[in-house]
Amino acid sequence: MEILLRRLAHSRSGDKGNTSNIAVIAYHPDLYPLLRDQLTADRIAARFGAAFTGPVRRYAVDGLGVLNFVCEGALGGGVSRNLCLDNYGKTLAAAVLDIPISVPDALTARLVG
Amino acid sequence: MTPGGAAPTRKRTSLRIGSGSGWWGDRISPAELSAREGRLDYLCFETMAEATISTAQVRSRADAGFAGYDTYLEDRMAAVLPHCLANGTRIVSNQGWINPLGAARKARQMLDDLGRPDWKVAAVTGSVITEALRGTDRPILETGAPLSGLGDSLISAEAYLGAEAIVAALRDGADVVITGRVADPSLFLAPMIHAFGWDPADATLVARGSAIGHLLECGAQLTGGYFADPGVKDIPEPWNLGFPIAEVAPDGSASFTKIAGTGGVLDRRTVLEQMFYEVHDPANYITPDVVVDFTTAVIEQTGPDQVRLSGISGKPATDRYKVSVGAHEGFIGEDMFFYAGPGARQKAELARRILVERFAIVGLQADDMRIDILGVDAIHGPASPEPACEPYEVAVRVAARCPTRAEALKVGREVDGMAVSGIASTGKRVPFQDRVREVIGIWSTLVEKSAARGRVEFV
Repeated sequence: MEILLRRLAHSRSGDKGNTSNIAVIAYHPDLYPLLRDQLTADRIAARFGAAFTGPVRRYAVDGLGVLNFVCEGALGGGVSRNLCLDNYGKTLAAAVLDIPISVPDALTARLVG
Repeated sequence: MTPGGAAPTRKRTSLRIGSGSGWWGDRISPAELSAREGRLDYLCFETMAEATISTAQVRSRADAGFAGYDTYLEDRMAAVLPHCLANGTRIVSNQGWINPLGAARKARQMLDDLGRPDWKVAAVTGSVITEALRGTDRPILETGAPLSGLGDSLISAEAYLGAEAIVAALRDGADVVITGRVADPSLFLAPMIHAFGWDPADATLVARGSAIGHLLECGAQLTGGYFADPGVKDIPEPWNLGFPIAEVAPDGSASFTKIAGTGGVLDRRTVLEQMFYEVHDPANYITPDVVVDFTTAVIEQTGPDQVRLSGISGKPATDRYKVSVGAHEGFIGEDMFFYAGPGARQKAELARRILVERFAIVGLQADDMRIDILGVDAIHGPASPEPACEPYEVAVRVAARCPTRAEALKVGREVDGMAVSGIASTGKRVPFQDRVREVIGIWSTLVEKSAARGRVEFV
């Protein structure tokens, strides 16, 4: 079934220059392969569309169950130049949590919330 | 460790390091609690953001009363110094901003007032290299253009120094070390190098110490701050967060805890969120001291609100310092007004149209502008889904980046006009502040390490 990412993983965003990194962390090791297979850099880029002006790169850290997305051009030129109310991009990590992930029935017991 | 004393005569078997602040505006009472009850060997304060130095330079030129260091220096020191003195806890802090010597003298005076002239205070200076870089052809990392292209707009250039000068200050007996720009993890790493006698060229140990510093540098972000999410990440007493404490072993492993009885949580989830905070390639996290590899980390929950970190690996430091460059880039004018009740969103859309027309009438010169409807799409812009129903209340928020202050002031002036020359039921605050702020653009470049050298001065 299709489940929002929010029930599979938690996330935090950080700023450096005009780049935001969004770490997506599986709540359980059993859920991580679903993220690794389905949560591609392209899906993150598509979630933000024209709000990001640069590419999205993904670093997968299998041993920790973490996908780190490095999003260039996500901060309107950088924190001090950014006209967005959220100039640090603190809320960007929340936006990815509404991406739907296909979860097999056998794993629904691992979902949070 | 003896307060006011010299280097340790024997190697320690563990070191307790507490975080005293995660940024300039951080809360102070958790630092006081850690200083009082944390049995700390060191308490470290991180108070600088990317634009702190440049902003301080601009402010110091305009405001003769600005001391050039953390505006909360006295508040923070007054809260923790009595406990640090009582417990023999040394302090390492980057509260010096553009005036580490001034900050050190203030701390010196406070210690004297507390009757402790025996405690030694050192300043670490040397990170600001503005004049050496001004007009050079070094490339700006983000654009490839030469620094000289910034011309007179360049405000400040400062290197992110490593732990070396802080270690030297501690070796020479400093009990309080106050620095200018230093990489955040280096503030925490320095006491480990000093107390354990680590070889600064041992990439594994230095990477482990830097990883510990990275986890501590944002204060409560390791202990439940920037974390709670009702329904999926609920935490106890989020109003009563404690700051993290690391008990570091000589092999660079560490156990992270917080003061018993504080709220929040410290577990695998908070450790992982903070481990990746502001990190790009997790196998190559570059600091002035080392290149950290987080991917080999081993994280174990060893008790309630107690997590052990081991297994971090590292590679030798690069031969460059990162330099943060600040430049004048104009002004942002910004203001907001609001609507509630039936038709709120349609009114906001009409108000947006009125502002666009009026900005054209007054000939607003803006490099960039956005007029957002808060409650619909102000935060994520085009990435926002269409609301499922009409919002009951919305705000119209306008921001424009302009070449001059006079242009930026037009933004607020036209929002003023919405009060009686706008549309029905426009809610608006009477202006209570200048709605213009200066833009200090931040760029980066690299310099060879010989171009910047930390200096230690005791006061």
